[in-house]
Amino acid sequence: MTSTIFLQQLINGISLGSLYGLVAVGYTMVYGILRLINFAHGDLLMFAAYVAIYATTLSALPWFLSFPLAIIVTGVLGIVLDRAAYKPLRNAPRISLLISAIGASFLLENLALVFIGGVPRAFPRPEVFDKVISLFGLRIQVLTLYTPIVTLVLLFGLLYIVFRTKVGKAMRAASKDFETTRLMGINLDRIISITFLLGSMLAAAGGIMWAMKYPQVNPFMGVFPGLKAFIAAVLGGIGNITGAVLGGFLLGLGEILIVAFVPELAQYRDAFAFVILILVLLFRPTGIMGEPIIDKS
Amino acid sequence: MNREKRNLLLNGISLILLFGILYLFDQYGSDYHVRILNNMAIFVTLAVSYNLINGICGILHLGPNAFIAIGAYTAALLTMSPLEKQMNYIIQPLIWPLNSLHAPFVISVLAGGVMATIFAFLISFPVFRVRGDYLAIVTLGFGEVIRVLCNALQGVTNGPLGLKGLSPFTNLWWSWGVAVVTIVLITRLINSSYGLAMKAIRDDEIAARAMGIDPFRHLLLAFLVSAFFSGVSGGLLAHLITTISPTLFTFFLTFNLLIMIVVGGLGSTTGAIIGAMLFAWGGEALRIVEAPMNFGFFTIPGIPGMRMVIFSLILMVVIIFVRRGIMGRNEFNWDWFFGRHQK
Repeated sequence: MTSTIFLQQLINGISLGSLYGLVAVGYTMVYGILRLINFAHGDLLMFAAYVAIYATTLSALPWFLSFPLAIIVTGVLGIVLDRAAYKPLRNAPRISLLISAIGASFLLENLALVFIGGVPRAFPRPEVFDKVISLFGLRIQVLTLYTPIVTLVLLFGLLYIVFRTKVGKAMRAASKDFETTRLMGINLDRIISITFLLGSMLAAAGGIMWAMKYPQVNPFMGVFPGLKAFIAAVLGGIGNITGAVLGGFLLGLGEILIVAFVPELAQYRDAFAFVILILVLLFRPTGIMGEPIIDKS
Repeated sequence: MNREKRNLLLNGISLILLFGILYLFDQYGSDYHVRILNNMAIFVTLAVSYNLINGICGILHLGPNAFIAIGAYTAALLTMSPLEKQMNYIIQPLIWPLNSLHAPFVISVLAGGVMATIFAFLISFPVFRVRGDYLAIVTLGFGEVIRVLCNALQGVTNGPLGLKGLSPFTNLWWSWGVAVVTIVLITRLINSSYGLAMKAIRDDEIAARAMGIDPFRHLLLAFLVSAFFSGVSGGLLAHLITTISPTLFTFFLTFNLLIMIVVGGLGSTTGAIIGAMLFAWGGEALRIVEAPMNFGFFTIPGIPGMRMVIFSLILMVVIIFVRRGIMGRNEFNWDWFFGRHQK
């Protein structure tokens, strides 16, 4: 393998990894507070992509308006999801919450199937991202470069909210102890809603970039990115935002590089993430940056 | 007549009744009804064995589709004659020991169960190191890995082409026979001291440990038993629909099983049976919503996927509002039956 191809694959890996990272952050935030794998999180990617398509094609909005619109609408859907499917189960056994999440995921997918249809749609990629530039003898699509940059910007924005604002402080408190957080006069439901809002908006950003990268949008497009992003979150240490992004980068890089080095493994690519997951749980269940998991009851 | 004798007698009578009904359907029923009844029996077997893990042990295991796939492929590879195999494997020939193996149906189906159990044993070590959500995602991942392997290992599974033209060995007697055997064995397991220990682990693992129960050993036992029956059902399923391919064994299958046991009541074998039968019947009855509807003036074209919307909604409504499902954790028994009617 020449070094050019290697560099090319490296950049592809970083780009894919940053997408996983963006989605993984949403998982990790919700898990940190509710101790719930939000199975429907991956479907928010799909939802955001469809909203973006409709906003661009039906109402003829330019992309810099339609994409933020899609992100906001998806954020609201995240809050609705929490209110409808998870809030009634706050005091229920965890297994019920998880089943509800799986149900919500299937519901979203099949609603999309019923109302939009199963035929994949082309995503209207703005021409800005189509350009190909040459860098050190590599030919790179601008989108591949923008993805990690957008991810890092959003990540720093999120870190600012979580570590430098009052809301963020409340979120961190809620992830440690519900009862005490309530005693401190914090409106827990509001904090949970904000968590879902932020996580879903990041997922939406990830979904739009995913749809630009693989411009085929269908009702089940969110399943695999969702699962892999969750694995990225576990790999980085669940509940840890920086860890989630790091895990995403590692997973994306690993997936691309393994296929690049051993092309025969290409058909096993989807299994790779799960093998990583099993290895992580066997040898370091808390992930790379995670603290030991406290079981909140 | 004391209670035990009475119950035994009543159980015997209901069994005879069940097989009498099956005989009538076998003789006079249409193919369509026989097919639904076969589906029902396989779903019952799957739901009862799945409930052993999810309901009795209280562990959210999301990978039964893997065991069903393993059972189906093992059984199918054994019942196919070497000639049929040659015709099926166009792209890549079947690897050596498998291409000459040939076994009768019973042995093949049992081998499917055994193979699923072996895989369950191998996966159990990473699986039971974790609990809760992690366990759910690891087992889900295992299901995905098996599906990917089914697609990729063309020399064994024929890849995405799947296996076609299996002999339709599964009939009402086999499917319901296996279902009854499964119900009896799993009920006996649940009512034994092992079953009590499993319930103790479900209710409070730390307390169970303090009582000297080894969680790993009991969960492993439940896991293996469940995998065995899932594998056997997989073999039956393969010889019922006569064509298997990796797309048949996706997470979707697990989701359907989950609906059955949640609607029936997590932790109740009776509930699992009711849930499975309702699902098999409801899946057919709800075909109306996907068919084109004609209201005289205008026609609504068929909407594919509507059934799944309804099923997902049912699952969520049950889990949010009627968390106990139909049976809760109660079981049907004759004392309850008569006690109710004497009052």
